[in-house]
This record gives sequence, C-alpha cells and structure tokens, in this order.
Amino acid sequence: MKAVPDKNLKTFFVDAIRWNLKGSIPFQIFRVLLLIGMGIGIYAYSFQARHGLSVTGMTDIVSWGFYISNFTFLVGVAAAAVMLILPAYMFHDPDFHRVVLIGEGVAVGALVMCLSFIVVDMGGPLQAWHLIPGIGLFNFPSSILAWDVLVLNGYLLLNALVPAYILYSHYMGRKADERKYRPFVFLSIFWAFSIHMVTAFLYQGLPARPFWNNPLMGPRFLASAFAAGPALITLILAVIHSATSYKIDPKVFNKLRMIIVISAIINLLMLFSEIFKEFYFPTHHSISAIYLFFGIDGHNSLVPWIWTSVSVNLAATLVLAFNPGKNNPKVLLPACGFLFVAVWMEKGIGLIVPGLIPSPLGEIVDYLPTWVELGVTLGILSLGITVVTWLVRTALIIEQRYEE
Amino acid sequence: MSSQKKDEAKTIIEDVLEKPSSRRMFLKGASIAAAAGSAALAASYMSAADPASAGELKLRWQEYFKKNYRLMSQEEKDETVTRLERLAKFQDNMDVQIGTEPPTEKVLFGYAFNITRCEGFMECVTACVKENNLDRKTNTQYIRIFEMEPGQLDPSTGDGQYYHKVPVDDKFYMGVQCFHCENAPCIKACPTKATWKEPDGIVVVDYNWCIGCRYCQAACPYYGRRFNWGKGEVPKEEITTKQHYLGNRKRPMGKMEKCTFCIQRTRKGKLPACVEACPTGARVFGNLLDPDSEIRYVLKHKKVFRMKEEIGTQPKFWYFID
Repeated sequence: MKAVPDKNLKTFFVDAIRWNLKGSIPFQIFRVLLLIGMGIGIYAYSFQARHGLSVTGMTDIVSWGFYISNFTFLVGVAAAAVMLILPAYMFHDPDFHRVVLIGEGVAVGALVMCLSFIVVDMGGPLQAWHLIPGIGLFNFPSSILAWDVLVLNGYLLLNALVPAYILYSHYMGRKADERKYRPFVFLSIFWAFSIHMVTAFLYQGLPARPFWNNPLMGPRFLASAFAAGPALITLILAVIHSATSYKIDPKVFNKLRMIIVISAIINLLMLFSEIFKEFYFPTHHSISAIYLFFGIDGHNSLVPWIWTSVSVNLAATLVLAFNPGKNNPKVLLPACGFLFVAVWMEKGIGLIVPGLIPSPLGEIVDYLPTWVELGVTLGILSLGITVVTWLVRTALIIEQRYEE
Repeated sequence: MSSQKKDEAKTIIEDVLEKPSSRRMFLKGASIAAAAGSAALAASYMSAADPASAGELKLRWQEYFKKNYRLMSQEEKDETVTRLERLAKFQDNMDVQIGTEPPTEKVLFGYAFNITRCEGFMECVTACVKENNLDRKTNTQYIRIFEMEPGQLDPSTGDGQYYHKVPVDDKFYMGVQCFHCENAPCIKACPTKATWKEPDGIVVVDYNWCIGCRYCQAACPYYGRRFNWGKGEVPKEEITTKQHYLGNRKRPMGKMEKCTFCIQRTRKGKLPACVEACPTGARVFGNLLDPDSEIRYVLKHKKVFRMKEEIGTQPKFWYFID
C-alpha cells in the first residue's frame, strides 16, 4: 500500500474517532451499555465527593477495601502484556507479532483503571498535584507509593507510545523503524516486571502487617498476573476472532495456554508454600490467614470467598493443563474465564482485606463494600473496557489495511 | 435535593433501558445519562462549597495553592493562619486562634505509662477528644485503653471495648496512642512528605498537604492514625479555640490525623490533656533531654518496656511497672 499524501497526524486521530463511532448494532449496544456503566459510576462517585469516603464500607481498621483490591489485581493484568511483548519483539515470533498490539491495548486499559482506582480511593483527589515532582513534594525514594506512581505512569506512557508509533507508521503506509522503537520495547519489558514488583513491595514493605510482610509476595504477584492476564487476553482474542474479520492463528491460543498453565502452576505452588507456613505452626502472625481461611469468633465473611477462589483456581488450572476437550474452545475459554475470576478474587479482596484484619491492636471487624464502591467500580471497569475497545478497534483496522 | 436528583438520574437511566428503539436514540440516551451523572458530580462539589461570599472563595483559592508547612517561611505561616482564622469566622462563625509555635531547642518529648496505676477510667480519652476537637459523629479517639488479663503484656490480647464499672479485680489497663516513633514507618510511607517528625520528636501531619491515600495508616504497627472519612462534627460550644496549625485545628474531610502530644499545649510548656486529666497519675510526660525531668527519672529507676520492640520503630512511649 502506497503512502497517501493527504494523511497526517490530524487525520490519524480523526480516522481513529470516525472508525470507533461506526460499527454494527450489537457493537453500538455494547458501547451504550459501557456509557451507562460510566454514568452509574459518576453518579455513585458524586456521593463520595459530597460525603467523603464515609459512604464506603472502609473504616480506620479496614482502611483499604474494594478500590485498592481492584487496583492491585489490575496492575497484574497490565504487567501481563509483557508475555506477548517478550516473544513478539524479542524473539520475533510471527504469531505473537500479530496480536501484540491487542495486548498493549489491554495494558493501557488496565493502567487507566489502576490510576482511576487510586484517584477514587484518595481522600483528597484535588490535592493530587502534591504528587507531581517540581510543584509538589515527592517522597522519593523513601516511599514505595512514590515509586508506584512513577512506574505506573511510566508504563502507561511506554505502552501507549510504542504502539502509537507503530500504528501511525502503518497508517501512513510505511514500515515502522525497529531501531527507533526497540530500545523502548526493551525498557517496557523491564518496566512490566517492575510495576508488579513495586506494587507488591507496597505491601511487602510493611512490618506492621505480617500477612503482607512476606518475601514471596512479589514473585507470587508476577506468577498470578502471568496466569490471569494472558487468560483475559485469550478471551479478548477469541472475541476478536469470532466477531471481526481479523483472524487469530490457533497457534497463538496454544502458546498462550502454555504460558497460562505454567504461571498458574507456579502460582499454586507458592500459594501452597504460604499456606504451609501459616498453618503448620501458626504464630500470632498467622491470625490474618486464620481469619481469611477459617474465620475468627464468627467473623467469617471472607471464608466462602477464599475457598471458592482456591477451588475454582485449582479446577481451572487442571482443565487448562490437561486440556480434556482436546483444544475445544468451549472447554478452554470458560476455563480461562474462571481462572481470571479466581485470581481476581484471591489477589484482590482476598489479599488486601485480611492484611488489615485484625488491626495492629488485635481487633477484628468485617468489611463489605457499599453500593457506592460497587457503582464506582462498575464505572471504572466500563471506562477501562471502553479504552480497550477504542484502542483495539483502531489498531485492527490500521493493521488490516496495512496487511493488504 | 439530593433525593430529587437521584430520582431524575434513575428515570433517565430507566428511559434509556426501556427504549432501545433505534441506535440514535440509544446513543442520545446514553450521553444524557453520562451528562446527568457528570452534572450530579459537579453539583455535589458545588453544594460542598455552599453559597460562599467572594471573600471566602478568594481565601479558599489561596489556601488551595499553599505550600507544605515545612517549606513555608514564617511570613507564609502567618498568612495561612490568618486565612484559616478568617475562614473559621466565615464558615462556622467561630473565633479561633491558630498558633505556629516552633519547637523549643534542646527539647525531645517522651511519654511513660504506669500500668500499675491505670484503673481504666478513660478520663484521658474524654479530655483528649475535647482538647483535640475530635469528630463526635464517628466517635474518633486517639487513645485506646485495653483491659488486660494477668499474664499478658501485649495490648492486642486485651479487651478494647469494655463497658462496665472499673477497676475490675485481677485485671489491669494499658493505654495505646501514637507512640511518636523515632523510626516511624508512617513517615517513610507517605508519598508527599505530608507527615514528619518535628525536631522536638512529635510526629505531625500537615492536614492540607495530605492527599488521603492512607498508606501511613496501613504502615502504622500501633493503630496510631485516624482518617477523616466524612466531615468532622464538633458542637460549637465544645470547640477548643486555642489551636495549632499542626495540632487541634479543624481537619478537612479526607485527611489523616493523629495524636500530636497536644502540640498546642506542650509547645507552650503545658502538659498534654491526657496527662493532666489522669486521676491516678499513671501518665508521665516530659523532656527526655532534661536529666532532672520526671520522665528521665522513670526511665532510670523503673523497669520499662515498649510495645512491639522487635519491629525497630523505637517508640518514645514506655510502659512501666511500679
């Protein structure tokens, strides 16, 4: 395809918006549902803006809840894009090269959600400028939260700019210059690991919370992320494969399945190791784990939650490993879905809430999110999915035209 | 007003759900829903402001852009204090005096708690709530008193919710509050340097600089920090008007607060409210650098220990036994 002279950066954006406003009726309905979700989110947040975080289920004891849980999990989803980037750009795997832009789109969407969850969790979002180095006062390198702000925003930039450059080149009808973007790809690979390690260190670095103060936290974050993230990407690729004319090679699904299975098994091994440490010889540092898995004095709201998560996780991993349907997508895709949900349950609420229970003074309370938290979360999820669909749709149209 | 708005938004959403007649209608409905949501959000920020005079808005604008307290010159400190006092007049019709007394040289505050003497009356808690203008709505308390079984020395094994006549035979009592650690995990955690240790050893929070992320609260091994989940409420006639910028002044919603060793009192040479209120003399407060102080006497002559010593936080708060 020859470069058309009347194309420029402006038409690139105009076309991207134009393509996204068009689409089939079911696609438009999907878009409208997302808009409604965001509307509900804004409406729910308006209560929080007026009455503060008192409209959430959080208290001085359980001071982080549903928002930070989702944030923690979604950092993993964002980091998991590296499982496509690594083979695609480093090993020049042709199958992955065709889907890597989708993975990066998912990462950008996940990061937008992460940052949104942080903002809605803040008591003073209007003071967020205090975090900007220069005009604010940034407690770097002492505060791990300061590190997290840096690595998350850096990763967002890397994952937005590299694909944007490649897409723009393809849009203009020329090959993207690998020498230009390869250093940034290298950087983004290290960066992917760093966002999840730093997020783990956020919790791991707190001696006040024995449940989190655990050197396995970082590696386990990575393992669970590299299981849940590719599981989500598999589902998205399956949707793209069946709903659009952009066809995905079955080999991609096989390779993704291998990545998921290996990561999920490592994750389960580490989970087993943690459970062994907490329960073989329980100390007073094991109280949070006892609360999580068995409940204490009638406070057992998380017990069914965590057992559901662990059993679903185990079952889904077994199905993906042994592949009973002989690559039948009707077996593998639900397994991916279940694995994703199981990891979300465990690494979200199942990790954050028990870390704060009991309080450092031994008090046990239960935590339940309120409708405001659920509504705001729905809004943020809708926003994230919207971002992903916009990016992926633009990418696919450009790539398809470029391939022709 | 809010319920009316709620109904409006609901009916809009219902309309959208009930009339999926055409794509155009659909998109229109959705954008209306999103717009309604945004309007509700904007309105809520507005209503938080209430009808404010131009003078008040100007003050709030200037307050919004002020620096971290530690970076302010004395002049800037005086300016913000004047603004805050005028805002208190505007908003609550209150005459308050907000001080900026700096730390005194060669003073390092320390605290000791006599577990033999404390009988669990909680006079300290009441005095603290009153002195520090703590939120009455959510019953915020900086001090917790735990009723302990003999044979235990860790407050986390005690009962912090007791509600009966004290003292009970065969039980003893331990008070817990912010321990003003020399090596404080909360300070390390804060991403914006909104909390720090003053030269006289008091760990303080700049309520205006705090962004409300609550990482310090997760990092504190002693449950020493409290968050303003909603708008604090104190009956007007009970407000302590002698205040300090880093102490008992009005805290904004969504910010962290904590015990400041009653900075507004102790920097003027007075005792913290809890020490003054204690009917049994179980609480000792003083200058650790003064060899003749009572706190130094306790540290030298009594068997003392600190809570969770193994974490290495080095609290400036000791328990002792007569």
